Amino acid sequence: MARNWSLARRKRALQQRANILQAVRYFFIAQGFFEVETPHRIPAPAPESHIDAIPSGPWFLHTSPELCMKRMLAAGYEKIFQICRCWREGERGSQHIPEFTLLEWYHSDIDYRMLMEECATLIQTVASKVGVRERIIFRNQAIDLTSPWERIPVREAFHEYAKTAMEEALKNGLFDEIMVRDIEPRLGIRKPSFIYDYPAQRGALARLRPEDKTLAERFELYVGGLELANGFSELVDPEEQRRRFERENENRRGMGKSVYAMPEKFLEELREMPPSAGIALGIDRLVMIFLDAPSIDEVVAFTPEEL
Amino acid sequence: MYTASDLRKGLKIVIDNDPYMVTFFEFSKPGKGQALYRTKLRNMITGLTLDRTFREGDAFEPASLEERGMQYLYKEGDHYHFMDNQTYEQIIINEESLGEAKNFLTENLNVKVLLFRDKPIGVELPNFVNLRVIKTELWVKGDTSKADYKRATVETGYELRIPPFVGEGELITIDTRSGEYSTRVKE
Repeated sequence: MARNWSLARRKRALQQRANILQAVRYFFIAQGFFEVETPHRIPAPAPESHIDAIPSGPWFLHTSPELCMKRMLAAGYEKIFQICRCWREGERGSQHIPEFTLLEWYHSDIDYRMLMEECATLIQTVASKVGVRERIIFRNQAIDLTSPWERIPVREAFHEYAKTAMEEALKNGLFDEIMVRDIEPRLGIRKPSFIYDYPAQRGALARLRPEDKTLAERFELYVGGLELANGFSELVDPEEQRRRFERENENRRGMGKSVYAMPEKFLEELREMPPSAGIALGIDRLVMIFLDAPSIDEVVAFTPEEL
Repeated sequence: MYTASDLRKGLKIVIDNDPYMVTFFEFSKPGKGQALYRTKLRNMITGLTLDRTFREGDAFEPASLEERGMQYLYKEGDHYHFMDNQTYEQIIINEESLGEAKNFLTENLNVKVLLFRDKPIGVELPNFVNLRVIKTELWVKGDTSKADYKRATVETGYELRIPPFVGEGELITIDTRSGEYSTRVKE
């Protein structure tokens, strides 16, 4: 018997993980996307209130490849995807690991609604490619992966599951707590759920709804209560983007956190970016869902604690 | 000081001046939202459990518990008297703080007393203690109609189930973790 039994027994999970990565690449290539690689080590991450980067010398390990990939979009790369490691300080739990694998893709000339459809097609295609049935069992729930998937506006989810108005929750600083306690566990139970139209202040890089500026064209995908992906119609207005980054940095300062340098090159090039939609999907969590793994630890070769 | 990111199962912290132990812990972070640390906490004095959610940046004082070797002396009403093996100082712990431990205290028993801010909050017993049976039903040898155990009371007033062949006045060993009969002691 292998000395490192906990690693040896993960072989089936890691084999399936490899299959999933292959199937993801196959899907995008067949759809006319091409795979890109951007630096993991960057001068500064996009300023966001609750995402903290791990320093690497005077620079940082990226928290997502978002800024670099958008610069590529602005330079005329219209359909791109990337599978890469990302790092976020202090995120550790049964669904979080500070170094994780993100799939991020951008598609110009579509909006967040069309992106939801593309995301569902990706997951259905990958599932069938790796031999996962249309009805999966995850956390003792049978979830049907066939279309159509559930779509519910954030405002409606607050009303239905928390009996609270979304605006009220925001005003009282309880938005996240209600989301975690009352809403997330109800999402993606019979079918995967897209929850969409987040409050404007919860989408720092997203475009606002043209007819309702209090809402951002942003969505999250949940399967069996687990958050799997976050996507939005991209904001392409550099002045507005700068104001939002400044506000996020202001929030960070207020919380006693370090403030990140303004990504000037990104802001400069943003004016050339076409209307696009982009999304980040957690590969570790996708593997968890397909394998019914109770913890993210089950689907990676090594956790930080095992090194 | 601890901050929310130090939280994990087994951590002992002070809340509203009481020591608590974290018995359940989960990190959650809704998309782009703030980190939330959901916990269940057991009050180490009252034993009551409460649900608490902490946010990033929340800070708390570690509950440092001191352990001292002591000997149980005697009981007076609901006050239990102990003597510190090192300093010979005597202390009193009330019945409520002792919890189940009160069932297994016999004169001169060595225990570990847990103190929080110099206040005794409980005792840690040896895994096995010997106690004398003071009351139990008679058992007629060869009678197989009855169950394979009978009720008994030991010298501390504690009641438990013992095998039929153990009689009044006999000494038995009890496992203090389960509160159950373990063996009969040959004297």
